[in-house]
Amino acid sequence: MGERQITLEVMRYRPETDTEPVFQTYAVPCQEEWVVLDALNYVKDNLDRSLSFRWSCHMAVCGSCAMVVNGTPMLSCKAFLRDLPDTIQVEPLRNFPIERDLVVVLDDFMEKLRSVKPYIVPKEAPATPDGTFRQSTKQLKMFKPFAMCINCLACYSVCPQYGLNEGFAGPAALALAHRYNADSRDVGRKAREDVVASNVGIWECTFVGACSEVCPKDVDPAAAIQQTKIASTVDYFTDLILPGRKVKGGPGKAAGGKA
Amino acid sequence: MEVIETDVAIVGAGGAGLSAAIAVAERDPNLKIALLSKVYPMRSHTCAAEGGAAGVAKDEDSLDKHFDDTVSGGDWLCDQDAVEWFVERAPKELARIERWGCPWSRDADGKVAVRPFGGMKIERTWYAADKTGFHILHTLFQTSLQFPSIKRYDEYYSTDLIAADGRCQGVMAIEMRSGQLKTFAAKTVIIATGGAGRVFPFTTNGAIKTGDGMAMAYRAGVPLKDMEFVQYHPTGLPGTGILMTEGCRGEGGILVNKDGYRYLQDYGLGPPDPWPRKKAMELGPRDMLSQAFWHEQQKGRTIQSASYGDVVHLDMRHLGQALIDERLPFVRDLARSYLGVDMVTDPVPVRPVVHYTMGGIHMENLVETPLKGLYAAGECACVSINGSNRLGSNSLTECLVFGREAGQRAAEQIGSLGAVNDTLVKERAEASRQALADLHMRPHSGESVSGIRREMHDTMESGAGIYRTADSLAQTCTDMANLRDRFNRVALEDKSAVYNTDLIQALELQSMVEIAETMAHSATKRTESRGSHQRLDFAQRDDEVFLKHSLATYNGQAAPTIDYRDVVITKSQPAARVYGGDV
Ligand SMILES: Cc1cc2nc3c(=O)[nH]c(=O)nc-3n(C[C@H](O)[C@H](O)[C@H](O)COP(=O)(O)OP(=O)(O)OC[C@H]3O[C@@H](n4cnc5c(N)ncnc54)[C@H](O)[C@@H]3O)c2cc1C
Ligand code: SF4
Repeated sequence: MGERQITLEVMRYRPETDTEPVFQTYAVPCQEEWVVLDALNYVKDNLDRSLSFRWSCHMAVCGSCAMVVNGTPMLSCKAFLRDLPDTIQVEPLRNFPIERDLVVVLDDFMEKLRSVKPYIVPKEAPATPDGTFRQSTKQLKMFKPFAMCINCLACYSVCPQYGLNEGFAGPAALALAHRYNADSRDVGRKAREDVVASNVGIWECTFVGACSEVCPKDVDPAAAIQQTKIASTVDYFTDLILPGRKVKGGPGKAAGGKA
Repeated sequence: MEVIETDVAIVGAGGAGLSAAIAVAERDPNLKIALLSKVYPMRSHTCAAEGGAAGVAKDEDSLDKHFDDTVSGGDWLCDQDAVEWFVERAPKELARIERWGCPWSRDADGKVAVRPFGGMKIERTWYAADKTGFHILHTLFQTSLQFPSIKRYDEYYSTDLIAADGRCQGVMAIEMRSGQLKTFAAKTVIIATGGAGRVFPFTTNGAIKTGDGMAMAYRAGVPLKDMEFVQYHPTGLPGTGILMTEGCRGEGGILVNKDGYRYLQDYGLGPPDPWPRKKAMELGPRDMLSQAFWHEQQKGRTIQSASYGDVVHLDMRHLGQALIDERLPFVRDLARSYLGVDMVTDPVPVRPVVHYTMGGIHMENLVETPLKGLYAAGECACVSINGSNRLGSNSLTECLVFGREAGQRAAEQIGSLGAVNDTLVKERAEASRQALADLHMRPHSGESVSGIRREMHDTMESGAGIYRTADSLAQTCTDMANLRDRFNRVALEDKSAVYNTDLIQALELQSMVEIAETMAHSATKRTESRGSHQRLDFAQRDDEVFLKHSLATYNGQAAPTIDYRDVVITKSQPAARVYGGDV
């Protein structure tokens, strides 16, 4: 295992003493296979106990440790040093207030998550003996990619709309709304439309696609938003023609629980 | 100090805590629920579970078979009344989260699919590809958002229970963003803080799994049960400890030593063919597989890897890319990223890794602790359905089944418990505040959090690992007493209030030091080998003396006292554990 010396420039902000964020530089002896998070932990354990950052699983699934590494938001537990130069700059996610050092304030996102009603609004209880809905693999595939979001918020860090318009629900929350809309067990699309199709929702998205580029889980929020736009447009027109038309589960549509 | 009054305080928002919260909210929307977690709920370590959740699903399966597999898998240390209760509710809870939207993988007919798992005679492990825990956690969390009575306190670190007058009356917690200590005056408290794998250096457990809830209960006088039983998972990636799910072997993966030989056949798990075959070879129980690795290592038959030391190979090449990408895409990516090995074209180096704490808070009556008003569920609780070796995929289900029951039980009993005693609560809160202030003020001494943690890791691994002896354990007990003493001199370098992780890590270390000590002492006293607890100096299981749960009781600055309590046997008399065979 070879050792490599890197220079870690970490953005620090201690609200009790700092008036604004400053960079602090650490010289870190690293193992070849390390990720940026390992280097941060080296600093924490050996050089500076006061550095604060979030992490837990170290396997790219808890979503805690996203930060901006050399300009791009990524999971620091999957930011391999072998892919990075000897000087690495680490900043907190952009578009969020900094709570301290690399820790950002998530209140706004947590509220937006709730606002899109990310839970099944069931059609009717499944009438199967085991009490589960039937769902074909094809139906599963309709929503599964959008269920892979780990709420790391890398996408918010690059979203131009979220930066400009704080009412915008943002990529992950909208992807999640789409995830439930696209689930054969759900009939909640109308209920979600308050937020999703209103002015804080999908119409704000200018379809830059930066969110999908940085997403570590290939969720493709941009595609979710685009699909929702199309579905909402269709609803808008069909509503004009046939007021009160059911959004999902009508005759001829795949409906969970019946198969 | 701010006092938050609530009916139910739930500490922990992983699979168990969220299940409990939803159960309370569903049962009585008028009850006030405070859901505390030191991380945002979706960061809880339930997210890391890959393989699946067990519950009888197939016609040819039965509750009795699930019971038998669980009890023999646990080497007869399970309480059988609890296991019976558990297996019956397992399928219902798994179906419930199906209705809540969990994206379970499906069979061609649209039914939920099940896969084989280690130690299970029939396929009964429900799975969502290889991210089952992640999907369960997010399904529960998102479902919980519809209940207005669940008030979340995210990034609140609980320090102590408020135990007074023979009853639990609340919990103390630090709001991490302000550094303020707050009092949760609660009629009932449910602990759902997860396991304690971080006591060891090489583990699949995330940074948050430091056993805080176990330690809080222990300090409040509730015994910790069966703490000597720590599960090693046989297939972790060397270096990081990242898990290669048992699903890899469930789908047909094999383990070979340096000669390309399926060595498990030498350890009572063969014959190797036909394969795959349930409850045999690579689908044996985890304790036996991890122990077999150790023996291979002693015999010099493991593979020496320059960067990672001793490993064996988990070979999945014969499964083909299509199946791997459909059922194991996440672990394929993990092995590729963290080890540079693609399981489609190459065998994956693996070695045993600390994974699960079978022991935990002593439960009486499934979800109740001996302290009135205090409940627990999930990995922090010892019910005990896992005995001396948990079967893979039983614990996600355990979180759902017992999490729900803890919520219901608390809601049911609140009426009879009555109001908390404000004066006593205040007194306890003041004591907690003082302890925290002392830690903040402690003068620099040269003792550091990272230093003590490192030494704890070393002594736990060398003395209380897969194989143990009286000597190795005696050394570890001495070391741990020493470290406990030295911990009292650890000073904080960061004295600030906002999101002070120096402080949080110090408190987590306190939990771990206390827990490590219960593990070492319980292991010392158990002079037999059973399940995950293997003594080189006492190689046999000894039912005469040790068909018993150990109970470790807190003694302040002295070592814990170890007592015993009978195992509940209902219909399965202890017998030899038989795997392999059945050709
Ligand atoms: C890598 C891995 C894979 C696994 N795979 C499987 C599998 O396939 N099948 C299976 O059945 N089991 C599996 N397990 C085991 C299973 O995932 C866990 O036992 C289970 O998820 C534990 O859930 P829990 O709710 O008890 O705790 P956790 O999910 O760990 O949650 C603990 C909660 O407590 C909170 N908490 C802890 N301390 C404090 C404190 N001091 N103050 C406030 N809050 C606190 C945390 O913030 C968190 O919310 C796996 C485990 C690991 C590590
Ligand atoms: S959509 Fe992708 S980038 Fe955005 S929060 Fe989810 S996982 Fe992260």
